[in-house]
Amino acid sequence: MTDVLDPPIVAQPADHGQEHDGPTGILKWLTTTDHKIIGMSYTVTSVIMMVIGGAFAEIIRAQLTSPSNNLVSLAQYNELFTMHGSVMIYLFAGPFAFGGLANMIVPIQIGAPDMAFPRLNALSYWLYLTGSITMLSGFFVAGGAANFGWVAYAPLSNSINTPGAGADLWIGGLLLTGFSAIFTGVNLTATIFYLRAPGMTMFRMPIFTWNMLVTAILILLAFPVLTAGLIMLYCDRHFGTHIFSVQGGGVPVLWQHIFWFWGHPEVYILALPFFGVVTEIIPVFSRKPVFGYKGMIFATMTIGALSLGVWAHHMFTTGVVLLPFFSIMSFLIAVPTGIKFFNWIGTMWRGEIWLSTAMLMAIGFLFTFLVGGITGIYLASPPIDFFTHDTYFVVAHFHSIVMALVLGGMGGLYYWGPKITGYLLNETIGKIQFWFLFIGIQVFTLPMYLLGLRGMPRRVAGYPLHTSWEALNQLATVGAVLIGVSTVLFVVNIGYSWKKYPAGDNPWDGHTLEWFTTSPPPHHNFYRLPRIRSERPTWDYNHPDRPAKAHGHHDNQDEVPVV
Amino acid sequence: MRRVVALPIAALALAGCTVPTFGAAPGVTTSSRSVFHLWQGFSIGAAIVGSLVVVLILWTVIFHRRQGDNIPEQTQYHIPLELTYVIVPIFMVIGLFAWTMVVENREVANPNTDVTINVNAFQWGWKFTYPGQNVVVIGQTTEDPEMVMPVDENVHINLTSSDVIHSFYVHDFNFSRLALPGVLNQFTFRAVNTGTYQSQCSEICGLYHTLMVFRVKVVTRSQYEAWLASRANAGVAQASRSATNQQTSSIVPTKPTKSKGDN
Amino acid sequence: MRVEARILLSLGSFFGFMSALYWFWGHENAGGVMIFAAMLLCFVPGSYYFWWSRHMKERPEDDPNATQAQGAGVIGAFPGTSIWPFTLAMGAFFVVLALVFGIWFLVPGFGLAAWALFGGTAEGRRGGTH
Repeated sequence: MTDVLDPPIVAQPADHGQEHDGPTGILKWLTTTDHKIIGMSYTVTSVIMMVIGGAFAEIIRAQLTSPSNNLVSLAQYNELFTMHGSVMIYLFAGPFAFGGLANMIVPIQIGAPDMAFPRLNALSYWLYLTGSITMLSGFFVAGGAANFGWVAYAPLSNSINTPGAGADLWIGGLLLTGFSAIFTGVNLTATIFYLRAPGMTMFRMPIFTWNMLVTAILILLAFPVLTAGLIMLYCDRHFGTHIFSVQGGGVPVLWQHIFWFWGHPEVYILALPFFGVVTEIIPVFSRKPVFGYKGMIFATMTIGALSLGVWAHHMFTTGVVLLPFFSIMSFLIAVPTGIKFFNWIGTMWRGEIWLSTAMLMAIGFLFTFLVGGITGIYLASPPIDFFTHDTYFVVAHFHSIVMALVLGGMGGLYYWGPKITGYLLNETIGKIQFWFLFIGIQVFTLPMYLLGLRGMPRRVAGYPLHTSWEALNQLATVGAVLIGVSTVLFVVNIGYSWKKYPAGDNPWDGHTLEWFTTSPPPHHNFYRLPRIRSERPTWDYNHPDRPAKAHGHHDNQDEVPVV
Repeated sequence: MRRVVALPIAALALAGCTVPTFGAAPGVTTSSRSVFHLWQGFSIGAAIVGSLVVVLILWTVIFHRRQGDNIPEQTQYHIPLELTYVIVPIFMVIGLFAWTMVVENREVANPNTDVTINVNAFQWGWKFTYPGQNVVVIGQTTEDPEMVMPVDENVHINLTSSDVIHSFYVHDFNFSRLALPGVLNQFTFRAVNTGTYQSQCSEICGLYHTLMVFRVKVVTRSQYEAWLASRANAGVAQASRSATNQQTSSIVPTKPTKSKGDN
Repeated sequence: MRVEARILLSLGSFFGFMSALYWFWGHENAGGVMIFAAMLLCFVPGSYYFWWSRHMKERPEDDPNATQAQGAGVIGAFPGTSIWPFTLAMGAFFVVLALVFGIWFLVPGFGLAAWALFGGTAEGRRGGTH
């Protein structure tokens, strides 16, 4: 290929290319609409939420090291596991993925100057922050924080069984964060549909961006349902309605239908972004293109579509749902997930693998998600679910999944952190952090599978004295401590590496468009854009002689790149 | 279908290699054993697929490490291979689903009922009523009530809740079912071993959820009839409570008295 | 816009098939309604995009042979710094607190929200900062 760089026409809003004088300091933060700063705010806030949720987890694990511990009271324990789950799911994992990573990265991956609606983007962040404060302030009111589990099943969550402001603050916080997510979903969809750079067709977008598109559509389909359900719950609690209570002719299990219709797409809203992160890291650190690019997109869309049809697999033990329908749909979701796994392996296969911290995190994700995914297939079978539901087997399953997502998220921070901040993180500390995290996750989750199979139920503050469960619980606690250590190491790394290792534009020889611009990117992201002729515009610019090709073809046989 | 899949497991067992339990247990009812075999079948599949993926990942991470600065073949797709790992997993999950349906249909099929027990879950205990026998067993919080049932007979359970959602979870039956207010959940067991089996509520139901323990005691028919007779003579639920709950709770509580909604 | 339309229309068709299957097999109203609504949420914008994709000329980002020069010029409005998102969020925050702590919180809640809506709209019409 001869010339891959067009004359440097700046594809940006007409009036500038340079920084402006604007507010500084805290006023700059309060008024920013720049997706990179908003994304960074989301990332920092959500990591703080992760630390708060993690602190709750360490207390839970400390309580469970012995069968009849008195570290916390029964009431406090119920608040702890409720708020641990709520903080981690509602306030950390989702916002980190679609508020943090997506905000920072999607516009620069598609060559856009910002998100489609920058002020709406800022609104999303402030709603998220105020929603988080609202939910957590439950700890400071009489009666304490919400204590009915992160799923708030009716009738336990009604005003008779859970009076007190903590539950209402939990509901109110979720109304705010729910709208925050919906607005982000609108923004992402519009940005991806309308603001791509010339030549960046849909089938040349990076897989992370594709995954964020499907995530955004899922957000738009699912979150309004949760918001509606929360409003109904609030009405039952305060306006005398009987939507979920038997006494007034209501149906308690209706809450579960509404909640899980949101709840299952939600776990894919959490997972798909991190699948995308891993799909960005693995090709770069294998020096090969994504294997099966179109298959990956097809798999992501299939996962997204199927995820709306499986919600009642969380309700198999209610006895009132159509078991075969939800069972077969849940089994089918394993197929596209398997496609992704084999494509990730295919990307690494016969590559030149560089085990940087980001790549280690991605590989750790593969092992951990394998365990979580396979145990999910067991749970798709109602008879097996009947004896594993509400036991530590399920707790272990979803912790394998979410800890895999954390590994992916850490990989994303090591990979893209340099692009957004301009500085690399220390690789040695990073690798030590990885090993603490990866080993900690396995030591934490594997005993819990056994605990569930041996009969330990969920959400209990103690367990019988005569079982063999004490040793397994203590092992799980050791794992949790190792995970805590890895979090400390992460913070240490940020401090140690602060402004120490300038990254340059493309420290990893990255393939996608964000690696073409400076680190950090300038105001409105790009001074120049390359010609875009494949899903790897920066690779094509740097290595024009090595385009992607079909299996079995060798270089120099084809003159034209396959896409 | 069940026979086709059970055959390899039976063959392995006969050949002298017992199939591993993979962490679960056969349990003491006819349905618990059937679901245990399902579990073993799933686990064999999981072990095969999981090992294959682990080997592939380890292989590539070990043998495809970068040697220098060269750029490898930029292979982007291989349609036959990709189609293979779309089609084969579809067949695998259809097989797992089919076996699941067989086991599930056996579990929910309605055999003749020999004994009926009404189970009522409430905050925070259990009430077992034997209709037609004038027997009621009730126990709450630190008192673990005991549900007595005869072995080798079809015991039909009518399960409901008086207040919030609870879960009737009997580990040794490989079974749990939610107790929903306003709903009657019905299922049948046929126990094959006598014994006393620790059970508890497994759905968060409020402050004393941790203490909502009960026991299922499977006895012979003659022992069951003797127990029924002694219970019926005792009459009122108050008397049954003090007579049944001779053992203290196996979980030491922090607050022994029941109260709603307080801290 | 063809690919965007196709994504939404295929999702919508899949949800349509799923909602028919579930409605007649499951006899469960909540789930049936929710999947049906999901279908509508995909078909409505999907049909809109589909119609436009056949009536608009190709955008540079849909042209696989586009050059960057073709995308030059004004892309859209990207309002720079603005205090209105923060203000509106504070209004929403107080409205939610009203749900918990009492109706008088609606005063600052609606007040801030209304101020932000007017201020933000006016800012948009003025062109805002860049």
